[in-house]
Amino acid sequence: MSLQSPLGRVLGLGSAKDGTGHWWAQRVSAVALIPLTLWFMFSLMALPALDYPTVRAWLSFPLSGFLALLLVAVMTYHSYLGTNEVVEDYVHSAGMKVLSLLLLRFAHVLVGGASIFAIMRVAFGS
Amino acid sequence: MPARARPTSPHLNIYRWQIGNSLSILHRLTGIALALGLLALCYWLVSLAGGEQSYAAAAKRFASPVGLFGLVGWTFAFLYHLLNGVRHLFWDAGYGFERTQRHASGWFAVAGSIALTLSVWALIWAGHRS
Repeated sequence: MSLQSPLGRVLGLGSAKDGTGHWWAQRVSAVALIPLTLWFMFSLMALPALDYPTVRAWLSFPLSGFLALLLVAVMTYHSYLGTNEVVEDYVHSAGMKVLSLLLLRFAHVLVGGASIFAIMRVAFGS
Repeated sequence: MPARARPTSPHLNIYRWQIGNSLSILHRLTGIALALGLLALCYWLVSLAGGEQSYAAAAKRFASPVGLFGLVGWTFAFLYHLLNGVRHLFWDAGYGFERTQRHASGWFAVAGSIALTLSVWALIWAGHRS
């Protein structure tokens, strides 16, 4: 049974029903990033050199390309959640807040998309 | 209505500065730095996909003084955010809230991230020289 008035209901007032969603997504992506980021750091350090042929050969290897793709996707998502929180905490005027959140969303989709496309180009050798 | 200074509740500035809030702020700052690092990672990957010339141009930028400063800074930001993030995950699971535990884990995150950053770059430097 709802104690909300019919007017309150049609105006969409009340809880947004996703209070814990953001928090939980941030933790899950954080846990996923522990092995992914460590794999990335140690792989780069283990390479004999960071010149074009070596790095290209490393990223063309299917497992490396796949893990790099997961890393970039999860990291972009985690960064999006985190920077969103910063804007929500410190940007108080409604217009600036909506604008900043929109820009953040576009920037993250752009950067994540470009990174994934670049990895796929290397992996599929074009 | 005339604007009159209303009594407000105690604000942040009445609290003493200490390790707990410092590390919390540093977690946020390193997070923002790492979000910017995402741009550098994207640039590096796109340059790799672009071919030998674009990769060489990117590598030259990363090897410049400003580039190296950024890479060392991002290494520290990553390692601190990682160690302090694990500290947060333990808190989320309900462990490590005692005063001594909080302080010990906090100093561990700071000392650990500095030590690991130095180790990583010492290894890179040693590998580069050999």
